[in-house]
Amino acid sequence: MTALLTIIVLVFILIAIWQMVKIFDLAQAKSGGDEIPGVATDKDNSLNGYLMMGFLAFIYVITIVSCVKWGDLPLLSNSASEHGPTIDNLMIISLVIIFFVQTVTQFLLHYFAFKYKGEKGKQALFFADNNKLEAIWTIIPVIVLAGLIIYGLNTWINIMGVDESDDPIVIELYAQQFNWKARYAGADNTLGKANVRLIDIDRANILGLDEADPNAQDDIITTELHLPKGRPVLFKMRSQDVLHSAYMPHFRAQMNCVPGMITQFGFTPTKTTAEMRATQQMKDKVANINEIRVENSKELIAKGEEALERYEFDYVLICNKICGKSHYNMQMKIVVEEEEEFNAWLKEQKEFKNSLIN
Amino acid sequence: MSAHADTHAHDDHGHHHKETFVTKYIFSQDHKMIAKQYLVTGTIMGVIGVIMSLLFRMQIAWPEQPNVIFEALLGKWAPEGVMDADIYLALVTIHGTIMVFFVLTAGLSGTFSNLLIPLQIGARDMASGFLNMVSYWLFFLSSVVMVISLFVSAGPAAAGWTIYPPLSALPMAQGGSGTGMTLWLVSMAIFIASSLLGSLNYIVTVLNLRTKGMSMTRLPLTIWAFFITAVIGVISFPVLLSAALLLIMDRSFGTSFFLSDIFIQGEVLHYQGGSPVLFEHLFWFLGHPEVYIVILPAMGLVSEIMATNSRKPIFGYRAMIASILAIAFLSTIVWGHHMFVSGMNPFLGSVFTFTTLLIAIPSAVKAFNWITTIWKGNLQMNPAMLFSIGFVSTFITGGLTGIILGDSALDINVHDTYFVVAHFHLVMGISALYGMFAGIYHWYPRMYGRMLNKNLGYIHFWVTAVCAYGVFFPMHFIGMAGLPRRYYTNSNFPLFDDVSNVNVIITIFALIGGAVQIVYLYNFFVSIYYGKKTVQNPWRSTTLEWTAPIKHIHGNWEGEIPHVYRWSYDYSKPGHDEDFVPQNVPLKEGEEELQH
Repeated sequence: MTALLTIIVLVFILIAIWQMVKIFDLAQAKSGGDEIPGVATDKDNSLNGYLMMGFLAFIYVITIVSCVKWGDLPLLSNSASEHGPTIDNLMIISLVIIFFVQTVTQFLLHYFAFKYKGEKGKQALFFADNNKLEAIWTIIPVIVLAGLIIYGLNTWINIMGVDESDDPIVIELYAQQFNWKARYAGADNTLGKANVRLIDIDRANILGLDEADPNAQDDIITTELHLPKGRPVLFKMRSQDVLHSAYMPHFRAQMNCVPGMITQFGFTPTKTTAEMRATQQMKDKVANINEIRVENSKELIAKGEEALERYEFDYVLICNKICGKSHYNMQMKIVVEEEEEFNAWLKEQKEFKNSLIN
Repeated sequence: MSAHADTHAHDDHGHHHKETFVTKYIFSQDHKMIAKQYLVTGTIMGVIGVIMSLLFRMQIAWPEQPNVIFEALLGKWAPEGVMDADIYLALVTIHGTIMVFFVLTAGLSGTFSNLLIPLQIGARDMASGFLNMVSYWLFFLSSVVMVISLFVSAGPAAAGWTIYPPLSALPMAQGGSGTGMTLWLVSMAIFIASSLLGSLNYIVTVLNLRTKGMSMTRLPLTIWAFFITAVIGVISFPVLLSAALLLIMDRSFGTSFFLSDIFIQGEVLHYQGGSPVLFEHLFWFLGHPEVYIVILPAMGLVSEIMATNSRKPIFGYRAMIASILAIAFLSTIVWGHHMFVSGMNPFLGSVFTFTTLLIAIPSAVKAFNWITTIWKGNLQMNPAMLFSIGFVSTFITGGLTGIILGDSALDINVHDTYFVVAHFHLVMGISALYGMFAGIYHWYPRMYGRMLNKNLGYIHFWVTAVCAYGVFFPMHFIGMAGLPRRYYTNSNFPLFDDVSNVNVIITIFALIGGAVQIVYLYNFFVSIYYGKKTVQNPWRSTTLEWTAPIKHIHGNWEGEIPHVYRWSYDYSKPGHDEDFVPQNVPLKEGEEELQH
């Protein structure tokens, strides 16, 4: 039935186009002229020239609307890590440059298309080359890009270089289809040896720790990631099955988890979850989200389904590399807290040696 | 060389009347027929690819809602009309594969390289008509295999078009990684063979079969673009072939090139010592040049069409060639910018940031040269010209965000988000598609001897142009809000609820933009039979293809091939009555050829 309806609709569309073509042809036959069929006339040139200006306006409007509606930069809220502001600054500088170049070049392109729309008998300028102009638009991008490259590389090296002398707390992020685990190194701050070949589900050795390794004994495995504020954290990432990516957007942090190797990323959290919730920017964002959720809930209730829960802000760790069917729901809550709270929480967790089932 | 080509062609001409239906329309060795075959096959694949994108866009905008269209098209993959999460990933994967390889590589390059190389350089045909025919039929075969893979019971390949292992290597990781992925790999292997045969043919033809007087510096920019594209293809496609073959080995013969230490579904697999990062390197060693394989031919077509319709020489001919060469060179040493967070050494990331941002320089030169080309022109707003202007517009918009993604420090937070999707769709998806449309509107009379309806062309362009921006411009903002791509639904992340309404707007634009392509398809297929007959040189162009007879003949020209006396951009040259001087018109007494 649906197939039949679709075919009927398609046939009607084709007939409509056919009729439209006939109307165009009749209208043009009336205006007459010696033009070649299918080639633009002065009238076409003029109409499309004006449309070019209209299109320029459209590009500007969509830019402005997007910026006003969704452009409260940085969109994710202010960063919650030490290196975050350097990324945000670089991002904003890049966006400003892009915005400027975009506005100017789109104007030139569309304005010229309008201004020089063709007319019969008009003579175009024979202008084939100009080394000075070519030099200008080679050198200006070179200078701008040189600045961006230097700034960018500086930032990159600072972020990726892990300074072991800062005494970072070492945490393993362990990925599997479709959830995350965190492993704390315990009192010795050294992660025990591990390999997926050592996984023993019956003994609850789910991450494949080497049971004989003394460093592994005090390791702590959790399903929530807690971080102390102000202390450098060095993440060691592992995956047991396919590629995953540990994406922590609020900390401006991301690294892939690759089966067969250990990758790493380090940062220092600067805002506890509670502090982040208390910022005005986050309050506004959460209020807005909850308004949307209330609105959506109305529809759900009308359909006899449950209403959506109220949203409260939490940091999240998201999987950001396609990893299979439930990729869209692979997440772990992150809690940033003061060091004492963190230590208290950690003390409550079971050490590896006590979590094994004999 | 041309003397040889002449005798050869006269032989061909002698056989002209012996052609049967099969040798003329199916196993044709004539470059013009092969071009049309590429175009029609590419169009069919394009329709499939676009419909897929509309399906998953509807899922993103209205997640997990029953839809009769899903039920009708997806069958068992949409129980009670709700799209399944597995098929969502498969649609995303096959959409990407089809659009990048089958439409924008084979459909674009295959069509126009075949049509224009012999006609614009003044050759009777490609260097090897037979290889050319084999190349098309391999492409056809690979298309058929790809389409068959859609009907496999466990589902088509669903690991993303980049098919990173281990996800793509292990059937237990994902349904689509079984027979579906095998067929994907087989299809791509055949596709690469086709592409290599085509590219070799293009290179040899351009180097050896140019008519008398057609020096390299008199070539139209289209030919330069096709030529360099073919060179990049020959350099990079074999690397993808090796990646595909090694992946086949890992999947079927137990090797461990890309796999190591895997525990899945309760068991440890035997793989040891391989690395998925190696696959990423091999994949992107093709994958990045591939975007230039897609965009360079479009740039060539646009340069030619802009000059013709502005009635002005292309501005900076030498700079245009230099920037093509620079882009081609740089394109082979930037692949690592797809891998900043892959776990490779951060120092490598620095190197790739440097080379990547350098590509902005030749790209900027090209954009400014196009803008200067239309300055003080006498613009003929044919549909092809509109698509060319549209190309420059989307190329700028999409290209500019490349300075964010190419910057490793910034990539950390927008990697694999919708920001990337917005960027590459504008800069290589939409732009290349515009280049292709521009080429079709411009050379349709050369292909079919009839004109496309220009008013339908105008409707097609303006609606498409508005929708393209409507779809991809707001997408940047969802990306900057941190939303990952390839998510079946965002409902598990209330964090992103404030951008969910943007997804609805995007999908509405996408549906309108998709629907208006029906106008184009109607125009294309109906005009083959009912379009207005064309005149010899409808766009008053200087290049050689417009001197060949409208009715296609084997060997392209009756009698001798025209000789060339000037470059291809003598538009509005002072001292001539007409505003264009074809390349085969000798210099007047005392006239100087432009020093270029």
